[in-house]
Amino acid sequence: MPMSALSKFVDPINSFARKVPTWLVYILYSLPIPYLFWLAQTGGMGVEPINALEREMGEITLQLLIIGLAITPARKYLGLNLLKFRRAIGVMAFFYVVVHLGIWVLLDMNLRWGQMWADIWKRPYITIGMAAFLGMIPLAVTSNNWSVRKLGAASWRKMHKLVYPIAVLGAVHFIMVQKVWEVEPLLYLTVILGLLALRYKPSQKASGVSANG
Amino acid sequence: MAHRWKNTFTHADVTPEPLWLNRRAILAGMAGAGALGGVGSVAAQEALEPNTWEQITTYNNFYEFGTGKSDPSDNAGDMVTDPWEITIDGMVDNPGTFSLAELVDGMTMEERLYRFRCVEAWAMVVPWNGFELADLLNRAGIQDGATHVAFETAVLPDVMPGVRRNVIEFPYVEGLRLDEAVHPLTIMATGIYDRPLANQSGAPIRLVVPWKYGFKSIKSIVKITVTNEQPPTTWNKINAREYGFYSNVNPQVDHPRWSQASHRVIGGGLFNSREDTLMFNGYPEVASLYEGMDLRENY
Ligand code: HEM
Repeated sequence: MPMSALSKFVDPINSFARKVPTWLVYILYSLPIPYLFWLAQTGGMGVEPINALEREMGEITLQLLIIGLAITPARKYLGLNLLKFRRAIGVMAFFYVVVHLGIWVLLDMNLRWGQMWADIWKRPYITIGMAAFLGMIPLAVTSNNWSVRKLGAASWRKMHKLVYPIAVLGAVHFIMVQKVWEVEPLLYLTVILGLLALRYKPSQKASGVSANG
Repeated sequence: MAHRWKNTFTHADVTPEPLWLNRRAILAGMAGAGALGGVGSVAAQEALEPNTWEQITTYNNFYEFGTGKSDPSDNAGDMVTDPWEITIDGMVDNPGTFSLAELVDGMTMEERLYRFRCVEAWAMVVPWNGFELADLLNRAGIQDGATHVAFETAVLPDVMPGVRRNVIEFPYVEGLRLDEAVHPLTIMATGIYDRPLANQSGAPIRLVVPWKYGFKSIKSIVKITVTNEQPPTTWNKINAREYGFYSNVNPQVDHPRWSQASHRVIGGGLFNSREDTLMFNGYPEVASLYEGMDLRENY
């Protein structure tokens, strides 16, 4: 699409986005949580609501990670500027993974610590999910202006690149949860790898190679 | 040879569902009384509350109809189960292909209230209607030297979206050792709650082996073969490390994917709790089948 045609779509979105306060992301993305709990409790998620709810929260976590990863390429390739929402998206992703984990610990495993501890080490899909969760903790903790100042913008940004492997681990975890190869989790992984590929700067790399050669 | 195993608790052989539900209240009262009388553990063992028809028929694994738990109930409706033919072949004196009516004719129908334990660490309690597989095999005439029985599910691509997508290799196949197959607990089920099986439950006829993980209890059977070698089984072919030929419910033998120490009986809502899984799913009478075998090796 020629740039002018594209900007016809993008410009109104950008000017609208400028007017939308970021706290709206927190509010809007908080609403599904009580709704889904209510749905689960009232039979709307089938006869085994614990697993259904656990899965739903996991899936929303992964979707939020993907949205967060899409923001930079959207600006670079489409001129869509949603940068100001990125922190809120990331914080909400962490919020959902905490709920996901909380459902596992409380509702699914009923605080059977011995069994959970064994699961974390023995079930690769849980090991990987846990690694992704642990990786998100420092990112969530430093998602505030004070931390950006304290760390310095450059090292803060470098640190937050940790979200790349986290998203990949999340998608691998999703693939491994299934007993057979399923399309949906593979799609998630493909989208994540695609978004990471869009960050790859071939020009720099190519010039680096030619300088060496 | 029928009636070789009795539900220890139920005497409600042909109770329709509403009465079952009623009985539950009585059961709850009795469990309390049992605890007072010092036989609490026995009462807990025997006070099996059957899941409802809705629970039993909306949370299923039947990959022919899709891999999601509600796919079978959503998609299985188009399968035509009447007429239905079942072939019995292999090492039997009277092989042949039979209509369902011919197959069932002369079999002694019983109600069996069994725990059903899925390898995914969930469980149900199902009031099956069926007959002992032993009776069917004896009528077929098991020949000397036979050691195993193999089973096969129908493959109907027109009505089975999972088959069209080839989510796993079809036909689904399962197998038992002969002594397992003729054990009094092993039944061929044709109904639940005195109703014909729902398609998603494996209509019109399926195997039920209550001391093994659910995937052994193969559904919608079209073929039974008596043989002298261990037959291939579907999940074992997909992932031999995770699913063994025996697949007896065993809380001590860990599955790479799910701890088998505990499970949740479905239908208890959001605040349902896990219970400890029992050896052989609470059917210790089958232990003698495996005497001298290392159940860790033969998982
Ligand atoms: C960034 C971290 C994580 C992400 C993105 C994530 C994502 C997901 C997704 C997408 C699913 C499948 C949803 C579906 O089938 O629709 C899932 C399932 C699940 N996750 Fe996570 N997860 C994460 C961390 C964890 C952690 C830390 C645990 C527990 C220690 C965990 C335990 C589970 C369990 C038990 C299931 C369900 C498995 C089953 O149904 O058998 N996850 N997760």
